Amino acid sequence: MKSFTYERAKTPAEAAGSVAKASGAKFLAGGTNLLDLMKLEIETPTHLVDVQDIGLDTIEKTKDGGLRIGALVTNTALASDQRIRRDYGVLSRAIVAGASGQLRNKATTAGNLLQRTRCPYFYDTNMACNKRQPGSGCAAIQGYSRQLGVIGTSDSCIATYPGDMAIALRVLDATIATVKPDGATRTIAMADFHRLPGDTPQFDTVLERGELITHVDLPRPIGGQHVYRKVRDRASYAFALVSVAAVIQPDGKVRAAFGGMAPKPWRVEAGEAGLHEDPAAAMETIFSGARPTEDNAFKIPLAQRALASAVAQTRS
Amino acid sequence: MEFKAPAETNLFDTAKIVGKSTPRIDGPLKTTGTAPYAYERHDVVANQAYGYVLGSAIAKGRITSMDVSEALAAPGVITVVTSPDSDIPGISSMNNARLFGGSEIAHYHQAIACVVAETFEQARSAAALIRTKYDREQGRFDFPALAPGAPLAKGRGGKPDEASLGDFDGAFAASAVKLDATYTTPDESHAMMEPHATIAAWEGDQLTLWTSNQMIAWGKKSMGEALGIDPENIRLDSPYIGGGFGGKLFIRADVLVAALAAKAAKRPVKVALQRPLMANNTTHRHATIQRIRIGAQTDGKITAIAHENWSGNINGEDGENGTLQTPVLYAGANRKTANYIATLDLPEGNAMRAPGEAPGHMALEVAMDELAEKLGIDPIELRIRNEPTSVPSKPEKRFSDRNLVRCLREGSQRFGWSDRQAEPGKVRDGQWLVGMGVAAGYRAAPTMKSAARVRLDGSGKVIVETDMTDIGTGSYTIIAQTAAETMGVSLDRVVVTLGDSRFPASSGSGGQWGAASSTAGVYAACVNLRRAIGEKMGFNGDDAVFADGRIRTGNQVVDLADAGSLSADGEITFGEFKRGYDVGTYAAHFAEVAVNAYTGEARIRRMLAVCDAGRILNPLSARSQVIGAMVMAAGAALMEELAVDKRFGLFINHDLAGYEVPVHADITRQDVVFLDTLDPIISPMKAKGVGELGICGPGAAIANAIYNATGVRVRDYPITLDKYFEKLPTIA
Repeated sequence: MKSFTYERAKTPAEAAGSVAKASGAKFLAGGTNLLDLMKLEIETPTHLVDVQDIGLDTIEKTKDGGLRIGALVTNTALASDQRIRRDYGVLSRAIVAGASGQLRNKATTAGNLLQRTRCPYFYDTNMACNKRQPGSGCAAIQGYSRQLGVIGTSDSCIATYPGDMAIALRVLDATIATVKPDGATRTIAMADFHRLPGDTPQFDTVLERGELITHVDLPRPIGGQHVYRKVRDRASYAFALVSVAAVIQPDGKVRAAFGGMAPKPWRVEAGEAGLHEDPAAAMETIFSGARPTEDNAFKIPLAQRALASAVAQTRS
Repeated sequence: MEFKAPAETNLFDTAKIVGKSTPRIDGPLKTTGTAPYAYERHDVVANQAYGYVLGSAIAKGRITSMDVSEALAAPGVITVVTSPDSDIPGISSMNNARLFGGSEIAHYHQAIACVVAETFEQARSAAALIRTKYDREQGRFDFPALAPGAPLAKGRGGKPDEASLGDFDGAFAASAVKLDATYTTPDESHAMMEPHATIAAWEGDQLTLWTSNQMIAWGKKSMGEALGIDPENIRLDSPYIGGGFGGKLFIRADVLVAALAAKAAKRPVKVALQRPLMANNTTHRHATIQRIRIGAQTDGKITAIAHENWSGNINGEDGENGTLQTPVLYAGANRKTANYIATLDLPEGNAMRAPGEAPGHMALEVAMDELAEKLGIDPIELRIRNEPTSVPSKPEKRFSDRNLVRCLREGSQRFGWSDRQAEPGKVRDGQWLVGMGVAAGYRAAPTMKSAARVRLDGSGKVIVETDMTDIGTGSYTIIAQTAAETMGVSLDRVVVTLGDSRFPASSGSGGQWGAASSTAGVYAACVNLRRAIGEKMGFNGDDAVFADGRIRTGNQVVDLADAGSLSADGEITFGEFKRGYDVGTYAAHFAEVAVNAYTGEARIRRMLAVCDAGRILNPLSARSQVIGAMVMAAGAALMEELAVDKRFGLFINHDLAGYEVPVHADITRQDVVFLDTLDPIISPMKAKGVGELGICGPGAAIANAIYNATGVRVRDYPITLDKYFEKLPTIA
């Protein structure tokens, strides 16, 4: 771990300003990912701005019947909130499918969105990794890639976004509210929040320097049956090989976002429309342009089966 | 005490303490976090500095330069020890690869430097400032490609490791039903909770090592060799060990580097191998390829059986021999085994819980399941029909005590085997396909000479001192039970101190020999102490009755406390007569597994082990041993694999996020039954170990259950869903 300086901000604007001021500064919330990466010198911030005192830790009703989730609401608090469990079950289920109870107690809503990839080549600093060290190459592409991305990847990077919560937020059409260092705010759709790597995989999201997530907004409840189906080698405490966040309406219409497949939650609304009638064709649309490796080509048929399993679960 | 004839009736046959379920005497220390593990021994020596090990960034080649100037200038840094500047031997006769010293790089994450600083964080931070340049060489990293050309391994006495009896080729060709299948098992990591860790301190030329090691006497000797000093100047102390599984049988880089760093820093230094180094710096279980051919008559009688095994290692020796159980388990007049080994430039392969047998059963016991199906015979019945009366590969050799058929029958009844549908893919439970599997298990029950000292402190307390280790197995408790039984005191009057090389040398913990050997050694010392008491007090110690803290001899009764302070050493050695016997442990393993019909996720529903291991010294901790081994077997069957990057020559998933071991949610109901058997050939205790028996078979039972659930046979471990979900029966 490199030495760093540390401060505790009092307000969101102050936090954003502090990070913008110091080159190499980062926000620190739950620290469940960042501190691990710092110990391995995968992340080497020079300055940490701790945001634990800035509030943003409640879940409030919005005027249009949705919910506004503070950036610092913990994963545990979010997953166990009665309104979330009743109206946004897929979100609650996705969160409890991830990590462990201890980690969820510390991890925050905003921090979870910013969780970095779990690619083993990203984690081994002796290996080439464009995400960790831009321009160094990608050791994963010809390497052990069973867990890695099949779509949305590039010749520079095949890492996945590893989280669960974001997959549910994507299927729920959540939006992300931020504040910039100059005090300006903006709203980013989940669809646009994580970016594809292209030739700059070092940037996981569209956030600008110093831009701080303040809230995640859920639109009014959409009803239907909510399922989060996470497929993995062991029964708990593992990242998804494939996951699917699905909302199935009484008329059979399906919304589905996939995890473990891409550098971002993968949802293709155009393909989704056909999921309840011709799932195979719809899945072909959703995953058209996929470029899996020999190790992970299984993920595409597995995703279809995971969705079928999720749908079947709602019928039983 | 030489154990030179089968045990007769003795005090253990009427025992009050030995053989009874007894909570661990060290349990409170462990559950309260006060058992001192190596890295946490803050009080043993003052002024401890922190060492941090740097691993090589390449797998094969040499270091051309190392610049440590930035590291030395970093805050808090005391010194840096580097491999190229070290001229110690750096290897012992028990290591397959050099641990430290020189510029040659033999495997990834080989220790190349240790930074010593005032704090752990300073040492870690400075280690990242060392600039190392390498000449990289292409290494031999692709075991499956190299296996076909591999030579036979060296067996006993350096002879090629193959054996045959009768005419396998002829009998196999003539057999009515034939099975010929090849199975693969991957490299596996011990992944014990406590990584290798050591505090080293020098006082003049005397070196003390507070470490985590299964075999204290081996460690002391090896450290002498690796440092090039007299082992008599070395003390090892390892009272508590957070898991070993064979990974701590031999010294590793932590202890060597700690010793060198402490010398250079002129103060005590503590070192723990960080988790990402564990997979490539230390040892692992080697991958295997196993071909099994079995020929049988239509009644199921095996006429021909061959088991060939391939593995690889860094020095072309000491491989993973999956054939070990095959000469013993099933009858058959025509047989052969062969064990080949390739030379690789991957990290050192070495012993991991039931080395050889654990992956061997994952092949042989699936082959038996496949054969049973071809024959149309129930797999339990097939095994019973091939139960031998003497050792099949050496018919002149007898079994000491073998109750495998009882294990199978008892297990069949308890598990509800009769409910199993022989035809696979027939049992559905919602989205899940459900199946049952069985496997037999055999693990040898070796013994090693073992010594102890037993003292009376004058107050009636009995103090046992031996360098035996407790690697989580329960050694403290079975040793206390043995001493309490023999000296006639209650358990709370016994104090057991372990793991110090100043104490008499024990068997240590390995090869599932520890329980049988070390308790026999303590018994030998107790017998000597009873004689010494008798001599002091004027009676025959062998004839006196030691019970309830008193000694009764003739009409005389005295308190044990009246004997004052006395000490006796004793050692058990094992005589030649044992060679006429195969002394083994046996089990029948059962598993019920559900496989998701959509995704192929396999989830264990229940497991059962019925074990035959002679007297069970402490059924409570023996059960823990077996259920732990069953968990490890489940990991091997379903998820554990060190993934080899064949380009760079390393295990790339080198942390506990990438290398998955079972979590609680993977393990549901586990039952363990011990048969009430006694083996008079093993030791005066008639007790055999169980820690490795428990991993010999459950993996195959799980694999067989998956087949029974789905009708898809996967012969390539671990059985992960990607290998078969697309072959699952179509969902209605």
